[in-house]
Amino acid sequence: MELINKWPEYHKKDVVSHYCPGCGHGIVHRIVAELLEEMDLGKKAYLVCPAGCAVLAYLYLDFDIIESAHGRGTAIATGAKRANPDLFVISYQGDGDLSAIGTAETIHSANRGENICVIFINNAVYGMTGGQMAPTSLLGQSTMTSPMGRNPEVDGYPLHITDVVAQFPGVAYAERVTVSSPAGVKKTKKAIRNAFLTQQEGLGYSIVEVLSPCPTNWKMDPVTACKWVDNEMTKEYKPGLLTDKREEKRKEKG
Amino acid sequence: MDKVFISGNHCIAEAAIRAGCRCYFGYPITPQNELGEYMAENMRKSGGVFLQSESETAAINMVIGAASTGARVMTSSSSPGVSLKQEGLSFLAGFEFPAVIVNMMRGGPGLGNIAPAQGDYFQSTRGGGHGDYRTPVLAPASVQELADLTVKAFDLADKYRTPILLLGDGMMGQMKEPVVFPEPVSDFPEKPWALRGRGDGPSRYQASLILDGLAMERHNWKLVRKYKEMAEQETRFELYMMDDADFAVVAYGTTARIAKGAIKRARKDGLKVGLIRPITLYPFPDKILQKVAQQIKNFLVFEMSTGQMVEDVRLALANERAVIDFHGRPGGIIPTPIEFSRVIHRYYRRM
Repeated sequence: MELINKWPEYHKKDVVSHYCPGCGHGIVHRIVAELLEEMDLGKKAYLVCPAGCAVLAYLYLDFDIIESAHGRGTAIATGAKRANPDLFVISYQGDGDLSAIGTAETIHSANRGENICVIFINNAVYGMTGGQMAPTSLLGQSTMTSPMGRNPEVDGYPLHITDVVAQFPGVAYAERVTVSSPAGVKKTKKAIRNAFLTQQEGLGYSIVEVLSPCPTNWKMDPVTACKWVDNEMTKEYKPGLLTDKREEKRKEKG
Repeated sequence: MDKVFISGNHCIAEAAIRAGCRCYFGYPITPQNELGEYMAENMRKSGGVFLQSESETAAINMVIGAASTGARVMTSSSSPGVSLKQEGLSFLAGFEFPAVIVNMMRGGPGLGNIAPAQGDYFQSTRGGGHGDYRTPVLAPASVQELADLTVKAFDLADKYRTPILLLGDGMMGQMKEPVVFPEPVSDFPEKPWALRGRGDGPSRYQASLILDGLAMERHNWKLVRKYKEMAEQETRFELYMMDDADFAVVAYGTTARIAKGAIKRARKDGLKVGLIRPITLYPFPDKILQKVAQQIKNFLVFEMSTGQMVEDVRLALANERAVIDFHGRPGGIIPTPIEFSRVIHRYYRRM
């Protein structure tokens, strides 16, 4: 009998996850590991993991990994890719990392059209530090630093950073997906595959924003958290393709 | 190779390319813009990477990325910009990645001005960023030495797996002098730790987060052992007219050049004055100071600051019953040899 759902080569075996029950990180890690194997990219993969819960991604992922200072993932990715264009470079970042402290690095690496893939985990909260308000927190969302709910008069509005960078000519591919349902997970894998193909073809910057549950910091059980992604987060951040300029890029390249 | 008449900033860039530097990331700031401009023209020409980053912070993190793959890599800036790079310097030291960081100092604090100064001595020699680490510091005093020490900086960075600071100032960057460049380096050390994709081997990771206290402590002491080894092997200094001296001036970089002029003048007046010029500021050449202090008890420290290196001189001579005086010109003022020789006369008479 053929084993169809085998353990991915680039995911370590026999490790106990430190991620909370119901967290989206583990799903995305597995998708990355599966795709690197399916697309035969794992041997030259170089992943930048962020300051945040995923800082320990090297415990699970079995290819070359470096940790980044908070927000600097795409700068490190830029340096690595420019120095060694043969590497397959991925920057894995959270919402505080990518759209608060690392906004400049995000905007400019995207605008330069760096030939890297960015996986952006948006859970509308700072996870590792214990549930503070993120730039992506929803209006009215109660967090440790917006205990009365996010109030736009003092806290501003949810930041749609992926929509912003999707407009840049250097950004070849941008999509927003969810990992709160089996259908969402399938779409996530498809989107990350497209992002990986973008870099493989040398077409420039690609970013996949993953709306991901954080039950612990949302103070919900995992099922309620998935429902909150589907019913609340997707109202603010509409899943779908944000840009796909790969055909133009192919023509530009000739 | 023939002599070339070249400015300090261009010289560092050319020497870096000859030392095998393949990547340069930087952000414009006066008085070191010519360095990046030279890189823009010549690095890309030779197939290397030049990238003008969106910020100093991004530049130093690009350096981290390139260094992690094993490339020889450099960034350069001036005082306010180097402050912004401190986050990355701390990470480079923690990761133990080799890289060369140039600081052509200017007056401060804050934006200060764009004139030469030596106010970043503490920041350079004490670690600068957060956490328990140091960065070795090379302080050239001529354009020729800029060339030689730039090459040396890359070798030291690779040998000891550490970021190295090349510390000059606005004057060193702007002045032109004849230079004989070293031959291009073609033999580079192996870097088995570099992240180049796992290939058929095991995966590697470079972690900066060391949550276990005992493991973090081990890492801290490991760095200290490395710095101690550098102190044994790599401490550099120059002695100038010290053979018969009974009074020693201590100065580095631009100030040391001016001090040499002042010492020549004082010698004409019959004063037996010499110069101790630290070339490595960290590790500091304290042993030579202690040796000199067996014969000489009077030391005069010149700096273009309100007094920073003088503290290292006092630490080095803490048990020597030496008299240590200080004369400083901060704020971007370049003192003259005449001024320094007057100060030498004043303290010499008091001796």
